[in-house]
Amino acid sequence: MDQKELRLLENQCIQEEPPECMAACPIHLDARVFIGWMARGAFHEAWKVLRKTMPFPGILGRICDAPCRDHCKRTKAGQAIEIGLLERACVTTPAPKQRVLALPKKEKRIAIVGSDLDSLTAAWDLSRKGYGITLFESGEQLGRSLLAMPEDILPCDVVAKEILDLGEFGVEIRLNSPIHDKFFLAYLHRGFDALYLGRGDIAELRDENNGIFACGSFQHARANSPVWQAAEGRWAATSMDRYLQKVSLTAGREKDGPYPTRLYTRTDGVISLPAVQPLNQVQGYTQDEAIREAGRCLQCQCLECVKVCAYLKHFGGYPKKYAREIYNNASIVMGSRQANKLINSCSLCGLCEAVCPEDFAMQALCIEARRDMVQKGKMPPSAHEFALLDMAFSNSEQFAMARHEPGQKTSSSVFFPGCQLSSSAPAMVKRAYAHLRQIIPGGVGLMLGCCNAPASWAGQEDRFQTEFSRLRDHWITLGRPDIILACSTCYQIFQTYLPEAKIRTLWQVLDEKGLPSDLSVKHGAAPLTVHDPCTTRHEPEVQQSVRNLLRRLGQPYEELELGRNHTECCGFGGLMQNANPDLAKTVVQRLSGQSSADYLTYCAGCRDNLAASGKHAVYILDLIFPDTATPDPGSRKRPGWSLRQENRIRLKDELLNELWREDSRKMSDTRADDHEKIVLNILPEVHQILEDRRILIPDIQKVIHHAESTGEALFHPATEHYMAAFKPYKATFWVEYSVSACGFTLHNAYSHRMEVAGKGQL
Amino acid sequence: MNGDYSSPQDLAWKCRKCNINLIVGPATLTYMGNRMTADLSQCPICGYVLISEELALGKMAEVEQVLEDK
Repeated sequence: MDQKELRLLENQCIQEEPPECMAACPIHLDARVFIGWMARGAFHEAWKVLRKTMPFPGILGRICDAPCRDHCKRTKAGQAIEIGLLERACVTTPAPKQRVLALPKKEKRIAIVGSDLDSLTAAWDLSRKGYGITLFESGEQLGRSLLAMPEDILPCDVVAKEILDLGEFGVEIRLNSPIHDKFFLAYLHRGFDALYLGRGDIAELRDENNGIFACGSFQHARANSPVWQAAEGRWAATSMDRYLQKVSLTAGREKDGPYPTRLYTRTDGVISLPAVQPLNQVQGYTQDEAIREAGRCLQCQCLECVKVCAYLKHFGGYPKKYAREIYNNASIVMGSRQANKLINSCSLCGLCEAVCPEDFAMQALCIEARRDMVQKGKMPPSAHEFALLDMAFSNSEQFAMARHEPGQKTSSSVFFPGCQLSSSAPAMVKRAYAHLRQIIPGGVGLMLGCCNAPASWAGQEDRFQTEFSRLRDHWITLGRPDIILACSTCYQIFQTYLPEAKIRTLWQVLDEKGLPSDLSVKHGAAPLTVHDPCTTRHEPEVQQSVRNLLRRLGQPYEELELGRNHTECCGFGGLMQNANPDLAKTVVQRLSGQSSADYLTYCAGCRDNLAASGKHAVYILDLIFPDTATPDPGSRKRPGWSLRQENRIRLKDELLNELWREDSRKMSDTRADDHEKIVLNILPEVHQILEDRRILIPDIQKVIHHAESTGEALFHPATEHYMAAFKPYKATFWVEYSVSACGFTLHNAYSHRMEVAGKGQL
Repeated sequence: MNGDYSSPQDLAWKCRKCNINLIVGPATLTYMGNRMTADLSQCPICGYVLISEELALGKMAEVEQVLEDK
């Protein structure tokens, strides 16, 4: 990503776009922040916000006609916020002390004609910039139109006091000036470096190239608007400043006046509230009324993605900020790469893009960053290692295989159940495969293995391509059969990387070809809430086929608010679970909490994650191939990491044995490594430790085998425990164990990645 | 992570091979091309170092993370 791409990306996130009120305000008062302070009763802070943008806040704050009201989002749920009344409520409280410093005095002198709000504002702005200002007024008083306003709206002493402030900035005031005399104006033009002709004066003399500026030609409706008058003065002041600095009068001023904002703020679901009516119409809001009215402000912002994603929320920002952080992370030369965790924690589920009014795709940003890190050798080695080792296991001889249907020499279709279903419920794979052989003619082959999504998610493109081409080769060897997939992640991967294959999900095939005929449809079952796996986000046909199956089964179901194309990830996607296990727990808890009903899902990974979070979650095959031994499939526990590998080994063994009559179990027994013969007793609490720390039983066996065969271990005389370490690959595992009657009792296990060498002393 | 990371409990372990109590002595730690020394419980004869659970999951994990993010 280069600077230009970053800018484009940052621009795509609209969270920092101004709210409607600010964009519509001729002088762009930050009304959202102002009202925010008002709602908290922080009148001093609110005052400071007004003072930052508003000239003569004591005056304009009392009489602002608030054209922003027409744009206020509150109108979608009640009435617009009474910003004008709130401004008035603020400026009628005592102003906080301030010290305004004008810029150093400049040589240039400016004449300003007239003393309406436009002229006064021009004088206010230019005097603060250090110009020598002389204000010419034809009458005996400044601000006659202001003084003419009703006393209870704008008291004369307020006008007098605020105008007096001009004097503090060295503005010289000349009353009773013949400003309608063309000769006088010619004299001003000669005597000053620039001249401003105020509202109602001889605007046709405007000649900006020669330093004569004038109040813009007012549209009639705006002519009496105080805030438009102030804005006219402000724009003229900017032009005069630029004229005197000899820079472009027009460049970069597109947003001088009201402009459209791209900020999106959702208003559905917002409870409608009418505006607070001041009890005393003349006095306006009391402080209490003002606080209540300000409390109605929606504080407009977008955050559509952050509202639905625990990951985006977790890192405390929004995509625009994250894009910058990820860009900086890649360009860092020395020091810590602070966005690694941010990059590696995204589930790549794409919900952000689906809900974003501008289609910002955080997942695209994260996967790109991961690939870049891998290429530059900057990916933290521990981030995805566990998942990649598991992927390698799935692709090893222990699980991977490709066969035609027993007794067949060709395959019209091949069933690829994927690694998660085989880990979670191997018996389902067998039942589904048996059923497919019955309903599909021409031979249904079987391929076991992993679709290699983990390598893709980890940003390891080369490794993914290598492993996936092996899978493609198996498919070609089987004669390019149609592929039937049980996992929607596999579906996504095959669709992208094997476009020449005809692929369908198991659900579409069952919907089309039929369910088992002996299926006893149960009546009166409680409705299940359908959770769509995030990898089906853009697969409405797949989602629909599952609902069709439920209807055929007579299983009532309900939809989640965030379902179908707005479905949430369970925390498994994108290797979030590896890079940030705590966040993955938060994510699945959030998903579990979306409905109190039991869930129905059609991804084994989602099912197990939901089950681990304590949610009753039924896998669709639990309904299609019910197991009499498991009357309550929703409460089936998630198999642990080691059991997931054992399940895959056993599935392959049993399939080879039962269908292809190959005595593989015996084969693997004779080939079993010595460490696999170590018998372990594992207490339940130690099991949990192994789960939390992602330590596999074969690794423990390796440690004990190494210690027992070399004698390299520590011994604790009091407890008679042994402690030993071994490094089977990049991590070193420590195991505390004792010798028991039949094998070894495991007491503790942990790992680290640093390599350690002691020196001894002798 | 220079310093002494041994704890009194560590010294209750004996080296099984050399049949001798552990002592606190210097050890070298390496990770991702970085090299550090620290005082750790180890066998005075063969140098077998004990990394306690507390050290592995605490300070050591922290330093590993810092080095991985460098």
